[in-house]
Amino acid sequence: MTSLNFEAIFQSKIDDEVKIEPKDWMPDAYRKTLIRQISQHAHSEIVGMLPEGNWITRAPSLRRKLILLAKVQDEAGHGLYLYSAAETLGADRDDLVQQLLTGKAKYSSIFNYPTLNWADIGAIGWLVDGAAIMNQVMLTRTSYGPYARAMVRICKEESFHQRQGYELMMAMAFGSSEQKAMAQDALNRWWWPALMMFGPHDAESTHSDQAIKWKIKRKSNDELRQSFVDVTVPQAEYLGLTLPDPDLHWNEERGHYDFGKIDWDEFWKVVKGNGPCNRQRIQARIKAYEDGAWVREAAMAHAEKKEQRKLQPEAAVKAA
Amino acid sequence: MKKEWPLWEIFIRSKSGLNHKHVGSLHASDAEMALENARDLYTRRNEGVSIWVVESKHITASDPDDSDPLFEPARDKVYRHPTFYTVPDEISHM
Ligand SMILES: [Fe+2]
Ligand SMILES: [Fe+2]
Repeated sequence: MTSLNFEAIFQSKIDDEVKIEPKDWMPDAYRKTLIRQISQHAHSEIVGMLPEGNWITRAPSLRRKLILLAKVQDEAGHGLYLYSAAETLGADRDDLVQQLLTGKAKYSSIFNYPTLNWADIGAIGWLVDGAAIMNQVMLTRTSYGPYARAMVRICKEESFHQRQGYELMMAMAFGSSEQKAMAQDALNRWWWPALMMFGPHDAESTHSDQAIKWKIKRKSNDELRQSFVDVTVPQAEYLGLTLPDPDLHWNEERGHYDFGKIDWDEFWKVVKGNGPCNRQRIQARIKAYEDGAWVREAAMAHAEKKEQRKLQPEAAVKAA
Repeated sequence: MKKEWPLWEIFIRSKSGLNHKHVGSLHASDAEMALENARDLYTRRNEGVSIWVVESKHITASDPDDSDPLFEPARDKVYRHPTFYTVPDEISHM
């Protein structure tokens, strides 16, 4: 069979909603696109632990500390589900980690913003996890089986992330006037970066058409962003907080909220490495990787020694 | 000296009475660590009562390109299904 035939069979499976599985034939570009997207998604989960981890020791109550710990631990889990999905495509875990540490691979720009006050933890759960959920719910139906299954697992856990964030925002917004001011300040800083999470406008998005043809994505950046705005506006109103956008208003004709211009210069500045925390985030990952090296090596040496003992019990005793 | 921890496939029994089911994979230096990591990674919300771990290199998978000849022998054996047989309406419990 020619590769053209393979490609036709592949596309017809996609069109018929048959999932692609690891050992199935797939175009190289599909494999490469998925490895890039899944590993960047994994990196985002891992780096995403840092802004929230910043507040674990300063959580205002034991209840809040337990919630935040559980949430951050979930994000580590999400990273691991995704790395293992990328490995089903032939990617090597250590290569992927190196790409993050050397800056060759990107992760979601949102995590390059600092968490300045406790209400930021609420705003992240509500808005950042909320925006991620929009994207991830779509990805539960993505065409690559292991990626779709990882997303199902992740989405089940995300709902807690968003609800604990909104509950935290309620506690702050309905609290003292200082607390309410902190909640408003957090919302002011996180709103626009959250909208940027969906990526460039459809007209400027380079990978979109092919990703939709392959059903890696099923909705465009702008569609997802609009859905997010539409569901979030009433949630902000309930809190009695103001979204920092004077152009935001309901458009009766479209049946959607209109919203103001996104500052794409800021977006690209952060993507290119010049956001408030880019360097700090990568430094933290490098430090964790280097500090953990001896543990990884020791565990491997221990496992090899144990294995050796099983194979030749006497020789091992003599050698020891 | 640098050697990566091997990859393990994880199977979880979600409750007693059900089969173990593949849930994903993870890296660990040995089987004990794979079990502990699987506990932390795949059962944070009581998703399991039992875990199996198998090093990925020990799994042999069928080739999807050969799936036609592999599964073809079962395809034309309609007489293996109960619907192949007609039984009169007045016969019950069958
Ligand atoms: Fe996550
Ligand atoms: Fe999350």
